[in-house]
Amino acid sequence: MDTFYTDLLCVGAGLAGERVAVAAASEGFSTICLSIVPPRRSHSSAAQGGMQASLGNCCMGEGDCPDVHFADTVKGSDWGCDQECARLFAETAPIAVREMAFWGIPWNRVVAGEGTYYKGGKQYQKIEKKEMEGTITARDFGGTAKWRTCYTSDGTGHTLLFTMDNKVVELGVTVHDRVDAISLIHDGETCMGVVARDLKTGNLRAYLAKATLIATGGYGRTYRETTNAVINDGSGVILALDTGIVPFGNPEAVQFHPTGIVPTNILVTEGCRGDGGTLKDVNGERFMHIYEPGKQELASRDVVSRWMTHHIRIGKGVPSPYGPHLWLDIRHLGAAHIKTKLRDVEEICNEFLDVDPITQMIPVRPAQHYSMGGVRTNKDGAAYGLKGLFAAGEAACWDMHGFNRLGGNSLAETIVAGKIVGEKIAEFLKGYEVNIKTEVVRDAVNKQEARIAALIAGRDGKESVYAVRNAIQDALMEGVGIFRNEADLKKAVDTLQVVYERSKKVGIQSRVIGVNPEVAMALRIQGMCRIALCVAYAALQRTESRGAHAREDYPERNDRDWLKRTLATWKEGDNLPTLNYEKPSKVWELPPGERGYGVAKIIYSEDPEVIGSSKPATN
Amino acid sequence: MGRPLKFSVFRFNPLDPTSVPHMETFHLEETDAMTLYIALNRIREEQDPTLQFDFMCRAGICGSCAMMINGRPDLACHTKTKKLPTDITLLPLPVFKLIGDLSVDTGSWFRAMNEKVESYIHTDKTFDPKAPEERMSNELAEEIYELERCIECGCCVAACGKANINNDFMGATAFNRIARFMLDPRDNRKTDEYFDVLRGDEGIFGCLGLLGCEDVCPKKIPLQDQLGMLRRKMGFASIRHLFGRILPGGEEARK
Repeated sequence: MDTFYTDLLCVGAGLAGERVAVAAASEGFSTICLSIVPPRRSHSSAAQGGMQASLGNCCMGEGDCPDVHFADTVKGSDWGCDQECARLFAETAPIAVREMAFWGIPWNRVVAGEGTYYKGGKQYQKIEKKEMEGTITARDFGGTAKWRTCYTSDGTGHTLLFTMDNKVVELGVTVHDRVDAISLIHDGETCMGVVARDLKTGNLRAYLAKATLIATGGYGRTYRETTNAVINDGSGVILALDTGIVPFGNPEAVQFHPTGIVPTNILVTEGCRGDGGTLKDVNGERFMHIYEPGKQELASRDVVSRWMTHHIRIGKGVPSPYGPHLWLDIRHLGAAHIKTKLRDVEEICNEFLDVDPITQMIPVRPAQHYSMGGVRTNKDGAAYGLKGLFAAGEAACWDMHGFNRLGGNSLAETIVAGKIVGEKIAEFLKGYEVNIKTEVVRDAVNKQEARIAALIAGRDGKESVYAVRNAIQDALMEGVGIFRNEADLKKAVDTLQVVYERSKKVGIQSRVIGVNPEVAMALRIQGMCRIALCVAYAALQRTESRGAHAREDYPERNDRDWLKRTLATWKEGDNLPTLNYEKPSKVWELPPGERGYGVAKIIYSEDPEVIGSSKPATN
Repeated sequence: MGRPLKFSVFRFNPLDPTSVPHMETFHLEETDAMTLYIALNRIREEQDPTLQFDFMCRAGICGSCAMMINGRPDLACHTKTKKLPTDITLLPLPVFKLIGDLSVDTGSWFRAMNEKVESYIHTDKTFDPKAPEERMSNELAEEIYELERCIECGCCVAACGKANINNDFMGATAFNRIARFMLDPRDNRKTDEYFDVLRGDEGIFGCLGLLGCEDVCPKKIPLQDQLGMLRRKMGFASIRHLFGRILPGGEEARK
């Protein structure tokens, strides 16, 4: 078996993993990134719309600053976020955007002079100032007070990822692609690396490191209808949950994106609505202005997704063989705009739908999109419970998104948190030594070898791994969707407990030397089921509505009882997670109040530590 | 009833000494809006769990799923079966090292390419976190983005006559990358530094001009224009090199 040793091991080589690697490598630390795909294929590449940073360059962003970005982020989170992280994030985002410009991002720039833009289907005039010509511009996104989302056409994630990977090449960071981390090596106190499987040969490897970072993205593939790539199965969260120690923060906080195309759930960017696209119903009529007169199509994603679902439920959906959907209309933006600023959207519509968005409307409906929950860390990115373990990006619950992430804040988080956490890891590594206990390494490797042998021998059963995966996805989709209630959640938990027993009996049909795609999925399946149970069970317990977590039977946001973050751990042998709770914030810079969009009643906190909570703040 | 589709799929496991390269046949009934992504996953999940192929974004963005589809390199995710005849032949991309069946190692190839062309901004400046960004016209930013859109799927390399006979040939994706950096004022490399990377048979002068690369690029990047531009620029650079060798003071002219 091959063994590798390094200062920092990044599990995941998307934007967050690579940004952390760049920070550590810049300080001279040896760094290895593991990635199950070539790094430039990471899901970060699919992010279209942009990255929020309060540069305030364009005229509609004038007066923007980190304070406003902070406030938008906290409101977006429905006061579920860690305000210290949100503050750190908002302050660092402009620097991170400019640093990416310095490294080569062709950000779209301010063009001086008169121009037009669309909002709510109507055209408006704007004048960009001469003195701002050539600075980084921004577009409008949901839930923001200013135009703040910096972009490169609608390929922002792609350009960021390629530029970041260029930096990785420049710094000589080692990347081992097609390597799948399947277990952490730890002794209950300190993390020492991972056991991984080489996806080119099927062989096991040990990676030993002083610091290990989990940056594997989200767990969207636990849902049937998701915008996520096929690799987003929560593998990093599974690594953490398997320790029995490291908590999974806010598993129930799952975001649905309003505009997944029907039927394939491929995402079309929020930039469509940001640039003035409108949502329409079966009669070709707009409806968002009825529910949200102020923000209309640009309320936060949780709010828009719920109103769309509501509108479909009252019979205004467009019937189709794949169930009812709504329309996204960007025709009025014109061919020139669509062909430059929304060209990936044009391509996706043409290639996957046979729809020309210049002349036709796009069939859309909400689909699972983002995991606000993840490996719980402190503001330095250090995971709770194990020394030497860190997390960043969507895999982490850092936690700046709380119960709803704003569009443009995920790309921003990968790079901003990557920068902050990377610098903290470099600090941690200075003078730090780890005692690698060989018996711990041996036991960890043996355990994985035994698991694989049992799977291949079919020792525990012959359940089909794909059938079990489908059962997990169906249970979450049906029971833990956009609207939730006690009966459905209970049913989902019960179903998933049965599926969990099945997941322990998975057997492999194929006997091949080397790579075996079925084994890769089988090694993950119990973990995916545990994630799904954490999501469903935590959602069942949370008897309130906050951000993306909408309980029909508890429509109020209940700060009195639920202004707290869920921490789920999984004890060996259990068939449900253990749930604990902590306060979402140590510092209450912005006391809980109304978001200014979405109609929800609030039961205010009576906790004197939550400053000003006795006097509800208004927008 | 959908059309009955017959898939002939290349099978070979290079790690298995008993494995022999061969074509294997699978049958599926076509469904509405079926893509090769849907078809191959169905084959793997319902008929043969050992079948190796790669998908990631399944949305034409990441470049994982390039393969030879009825003789032409393209992304399998955005290829609809209804645009193909009922007999569909799938082969792995040539040039790249085979991992197994339809899966090839593009990661190592592209990392080596990126190292070779030093695919990053070369500058003497250091980043100042307090300074505003350097300005750039939006027009130039969009021109750079046009070339930055390459997803490294490998279709252009697979379609390249030269790359298929000479493993060291850099290919259109490398030329496009260099063109992208030449366009970027933040990159301080001089034409001659690019020439050092691009010269010779492995570089721009090895290109046979067949333009298969542009024909198959799934992102429709104007590769032909970049090849032409680089050849002109590098042609002048090579003449300067030649003069540098035969004329006194010619070295100066290189600069």
